Amino acid sequence: MKINYDRSACQGHNRCYMLAPELFDTDDEGYAILLVNGDVPAELHEKARLAADNCPEFAITIED
Amino acid sequence: MTDLHRDPVANWETDFDHQHPDYAAAAPAIWADLREQCPIAHSDRYGGAWLPTRHEDIAAISKDTEHFTSNGVVVTEFRPDIPAPMGYAPPITSDPPFHAIARGILLKFFSPKAIDGWEHVARRTCRELIADIKVRVANGETMIDAAGSYSQHIPAGVMADMLALPREDGDKFRQFIHNIMEDADNPIEKPYEETIEYYLDTNIAARRLDLGDDLISYLCQADIEGMALLDEHVRGTIALLIIAGIDTTWSAIGASIWHLAQSPEDRQRWLSDPAVRPFAIEEFLRFYAPVTMARLVAEDVEVSGCPMKQGEWTLLPFPAANRDPEAFDRADEFVINRERNRHSAFGLGIHRCVGSNLARMELRVALEEWMDAFGDFELADPESVTWSTGQVRGPRSLPLHIPA
Repeated sequence: MKINYDRSACQGHNRCYMLAPELFDTDDEGYAILLVNGDVPAELHEKARLAADNCPEFAITIED
Repeated sequence: MTDLHRDPVANWETDFDHQHPDYAAAAPAIWADLREQCPIAHSDRYGGAWLPTRHEDIAAISKDTEHFTSNGVVVTEFRPDIPAPMGYAPPITSDPPFHAIARGILLKFFSPKAIDGWEHVARRTCRELIADIKVRVANGETMIDAAGSYSQHIPAGVMADMLALPREDGDKFRQFIHNIMEDADNPIEKPYEETIEYYLDTNIAARRLDLGDDLISYLCQADIEGMALLDEHVRGTIALLIIAGIDTTWSAIGASIWHLAQSPEDRQRWLSDPAVRPFAIEEFLRFYAPVTMARLVAEDVEVSGCPMKQGEWTLLPFPAANRDPEAFDRADEFVINRERNRHSAFGLGIHRCVGSNLARMELRVALEEWMDAFGDFELADPESVTWSTGQVRGPRSLPLHIPA
């Protein structure tokens, strides 16, 4: 599984950071920072899907 | 309330009035009807106004800063007299590119990590309020107004501390908010000494002589490319924080308690299953989203076949977007463990509520503390719950029976 984050779509709702702090941090202004490069570890697949499915701006996508 | 003289609404598709008491009483049913039939209602009231009800249209308008301006965000008979790009209360009334500058100044105060530092203040505030309520219940009071005795004081108290203003000024804040949000169409000429402008000008002038580490001091020292912020900018931003940061969160807390008062199952689930709480918070925000924003049409534009004319209003009822069955499964049901919840309670696009992390923290802490203290409570009299009218929706009196 790969996870993509579109910084230009992010408006800093911080839903990903709350649901999946292993995958997303936030910067000083509250915009998301994607923490993983490449494959998402299997134990974080569900959290990755939660982050993607709760982003109000559709800024996170998953490639299975 | 200004509703007594409002004309009855003949037809919600062609004559809607979001400030009419019938709207306050039944907005979700009105949105559902419109969504199926219309789905963007129009009214000649307010000098021309539109009411989209589908998530797709509300999102599209929210993100279209070319055809829509944020110069006006509260629908009135008048048009704002403070021009773009700054507007009365930056950044909410600002348009690009100034918007990003004004917003950037605020963001670091409201990031999730910055807001973590205020959680203890919110919690202490809740615990003090609850201690008072417990004494009253122990003394035999059978009816407690959770709006007047609890929910309204939490965001007001935290915001007073963030601004380093006296907590006793909370009543003044509420009066200012009421004048602007609920009496927007009846601006009674008030002496300058009773206006929010006077209150803020006085406090800002005093603060400039005695700077601290609070948000007013920070704005007094902030700059844009080396130039200090204009006085109107500092005042407008603080006015925004007071107006937008208090009755919104007060509404969300109150509506959530109103829901829990009527749902023993959801109270039980909250208490017995802490893992459900993060999802419950977002579901409260979805289902009881308090805020409807607005824009002015800057340039004629067609949205889903509706010809919107320059100078008309369009409302952005995020609570209606949150109940659109095209965007949510079981949209009209409150599902406490809803794990997929792309709600837009805090808006969409560049004007996402700058205080969303603060509001979410306050809602969470307010419910954690309330539920820890009172696992069992019910509406004392469902008929006596009153809801605000206009663009911020929430219970303004919430009489509860709390067993001693």
